[in-house]
Amino acid sequence: MEFLENDFEFVGEKHDIYVEEVLPVNSFWKDFFKRLKKNKGAIAGGICIIIIVLFAIIAPAVSPFEFDKIDTSIQSTSPNGTYLFGTDVLGRDLFVRVWSGTRISLFVALTAVIIDICFGMVYGLISGYFGGKVDNIMQRVQEIISSIPSLVILTLLLVIMKASLFTIILALMLTGWIGMARITRAQVLKIKEEEYVLASKTLGASHMFIIFKNVLPNIFGQLIIMSMFSIPNAIFYEAFLAFVGLGIPQPQASLGTLINDGFKTILITPYMVIIPVVVLAILMLSFNLLADGLRDAFDPTMKEA
Amino acid sequence: MKVLEIRDLHISFKTDSGKVKAIRGVNLDLNKGETIAIVGESGSGKSVTTKAIMGILAGNGEIEKGSINYTWEQHESSEHGIIEGGTADIVKLSKEELQKNIRGRKIAMVFQDPMTSLNPTMNIGQQVMEPMLYNYNMDKKSAYEKALELLNLVGITDAKKRMKSYPHQLSGGMRQRIVIAIALSCDPYILICDEPTTALDVTIQAKILELIKDIQKKKNLSVIYITHDLGVVAKVADYVNVMYAGKIVETGKIDEIFYNPRHPYTWGLLSAMPDLDTDDSILYTIPGNPPNLAQEVVGDAFAPRNKFALNIDYRLEPPMFDVEGSNTHKVASWLMHPNAPKVDMPQELRKKIDKMLKEVNL
Amino acid sequence: MSSSTIKYLGKRILISAVTLLVIVAVLFLMLKLMPGTPFNDEKLTETQKIALYEKYGLDQPIIVQFVTYIKNMMVGDFGISFGISRNQPVANLILPRIPISFGIGIAAVILGTIIGVTLGIYAAKHKNTKADTIATLFSVLGVSVPSFVVALLLLLLFGVQIPIFPVLFDTDNLLMSSILPVIALSFGVIANVGRFTRSEMIAVLSSDYVALAEAKGLDNKKVIRRHAIRNTLISVITILGPILVNLMTGSMVLEQIFSIPGLGSLLVKGITVNDHNVVLAVSFLYSLLYVGLMLIIDILYGIIDPRIRLGKGE
Repeated sequence: MEFLENDFEFVGEKHDIYVEEVLPVNSFWKDFFKRLKKNKGAIAGGICIIIIVLFAIIAPAVSPFEFDKIDTSIQSTSPNGTYLFGTDVLGRDLFVRVWSGTRISLFVALTAVIIDICFGMVYGLISGYFGGKVDNIMQRVQEIISSIPSLVILTLLLVIMKASLFTIILALMLTGWIGMARITRAQVLKIKEEEYVLASKTLGASHMFIIFKNVLPNIFGQLIIMSMFSIPNAIFYEAFLAFVGLGIPQPQASLGTLINDGFKTILITPYMVIIPVVVLAILMLSFNLLADGLRDAFDPTMKEA
Repeated sequence: MKVLEIRDLHISFKTDSGKVKAIRGVNLDLNKGETIAIVGESGSGKSVTTKAIMGILAGNGEIEKGSINYTWEQHESSEHGIIEGGTADIVKLSKEELQKNIRGRKIAMVFQDPMTSLNPTMNIGQQVMEPMLYNYNMDKKSAYEKALELLNLVGITDAKKRMKSYPHQLSGGMRQRIVIAIALSCDPYILICDEPTTALDVTIQAKILELIKDIQKKKNLSVIYITHDLGVVAKVADYVNVMYAGKIVETGKIDEIFYNPRHPYTWGLLSAMPDLDTDDSILYTIPGNPPNLAQEVVGDAFAPRNKFALNIDYRLEPPMFDVEGSNTHKVASWLMHPNAPKVDMPQELRKKIDKMLKEVNL
Repeated sequence: MSSSTIKYLGKRILISAVTLLVIVAVLFLMLKLMPGTPFNDEKLTETQKIALYEKYGLDQPIIVQFVTYIKNMMVGDFGISFGISRNQPVANLILPRIPISFGIGIAAVILGTIIGVTLGIYAAKHKNTKADTIATLFSVLGVSVPSFVVALLLLLLFGVQIPIFPVLFDTDNLLMSSILPVIALSFGVIANVGRFTRSEMIAVLSSDYVALAEAKGLDNKKVIRRHAIRNTLISVITILGPILVNLMTGSMVLEQIFSIPGLGSLLVKGITVNDHNVVLAVSFLYSLLYVGLMLIIDILYGIIDPRIRLGKGE
């Protein structure tokens, strides 16, 4: 073996032994997006959602047709160059109706989920943060409400109130907040015991300070993911209500009412039901794929792999 | 007699950030009835080595080269009559052969965390009896009898009642005793204990170690301890292997390692070992972190953390040097080269060791 | 049974009972307060009113009325239908529909669970292979696409394009008419159960106790059967509850699509023609079913899982 002249000299001061090997420490969000980008399903879902949303916003505006213009001379026209998706039994252009219907479905779902988040989060925060008797009572109430099948809540509500955009959002909201409350509470209970929260407490931080500075930022990601799962669920319930005849009243349309209307003539003009069904299915699938991807990227330990 | 001989073992894992060379040429010997300890920080590759011996490497792990030779003597078994002696290279065995002949028969393992290593939905009796029923085709009654016997052996009182208990009804110490009973129910020659006491209370740790030692004597087992706790090593081991970054950097008899350590990393480990009567209140720690094995290591992997690093450490990997006057004590450090400047262990450690020696001699 | 088990069961039963009471109270209040209900119908003749007053004790204090209402419910007297079929007792409308709805629902759950569990276990065992990817894609599809979409597509395909199955439900040809609805309903069950089974099984397979079972030298089949599958199946019980909810909503739409004379279609009809007694009765029945099944699932889980069966507290 050949040795160099200075082989057996100390490196000494030339190397700083306290320097730790710097592993590339990515910030949480950088990692998050890196993981998300790798998930093909989530990317495909995201792209589909963007396309559908764009169509829902733009298509009704630029189309020469109106969603509620009845023209019996062109009723039940099959899809062609002028009427891309055909027309319905009243001769209304389905292309415009499908996209404005999508718009309404999305609007309903989004509004319901946002209200869900707000209400569920407040409920879960109060219940989890204050604990004790308050928590006990709130949990029992939540338990009872969640044991009533949402189907029953929805039908009873619709017996009292007439079907309208507001009723449907209210119905979705009544059943949707529980999941949010549950997640918030679980997270609050976990975070409450963390050292840094205890530290803030001993330093005399107020409840509000702890909730806003320590608790909320930590449950935000979870809530976003949860709401991504809730949106397709809300879209589904809206369609479900429409399908059992409790949808948005004419001439307005949502994906649900379009499917319901189309179903009446399914044997003669199947395109009337197939097109909105496909849009609905893609929309729900995309949201679920994106939500899955977000969840896996957010917390790889939650991933089922 | 040598029961286990590992030569030039290389293991790598495929990960998202490339190939990680977890084991980079490990040699290891285990004689019948002896206890060896593998010591090192987490990530040094000690668990991977034992998993390779058991043949339960994770799916992305691959043995690139080397051999793990397992030798057994001719012996009589109550069920199978006389079993011929022989040698097998575990690396070359198929998964089925490993499972049928080695794992749970010749080599058994005690896992780190007794809280998670027992099946929560199966009672203790079933779990202890399983290897006897399925590996040795014992009938239920004799398996039951033997399970009771084993539970008594590992110091479980009221064994009959415990056979029907579920894991969550038992304390951590009791569960670890059960895990040891399960390992013994396989009638192994080699017992691998992967940090068997880290998850337990200090008071119970000593008892479990005593138990393993006791059983080892009774059954003439060879035991491999994996641990980062030199206190445990001092209590149980005959030979110590200090592992760093997938290599064994110092190996020797327990006295040689504890009283005459030569590798700066071993110095660090020993200095970091807390003891009750050191005067200085500062706990020594080894600066820095273990290297990232996803990158090619050039020279001595320990060099960046070594106060006594030589220029050659950054260039060439040190071979195993024999420590003069011993045929068991070997060190992988360029400091052992005749051309190297003489370096003594840190003063504080010297004092600590002298004190230990004095206590031993008293 | 240990005292903690009894405490746990007692708590569950109490919650279920309170839930049912709350539901009945809501139903009762709706009857009392809403216009157009049997109690407040303006079109009632005097004699009818007197009969109603006597029957429900409407001249009594409200608490007594409530108790009478519950008593009637308990014996299956849900009053008389006012819309769907005049003067028919609601019970008569409901009874013949129960076996049809339940039959299809139970068939879908059994079929869906068996296929779902099998697929999930297979996918977990062959993690990251092509088969697993296909199974995962299928399950995402099944979870995301509502059962009525599947039903519509099945109907178009096998009812209209290739007319193998009847388009309308035919009580004289129960088997053939049930096949498409059962498949459509079980689609979501398969996906949900499959997905859950897969992730649960993967978690179990990477657990320490499975590693110990391997280290014991058990062969692969025994490790999977005795340790992995067993523990996975125990957890699968927990998702049967949420699946049930999906099934209820799903069946309501499916009964519309295939014109199945079941409870769901009765409920929809009741809502559309404002037949309150029918709506309330079916709602009550659904709640009873749901609360009861959730209770059974919980108890079953407690019996099967030793951690709960003998556990300390909850």
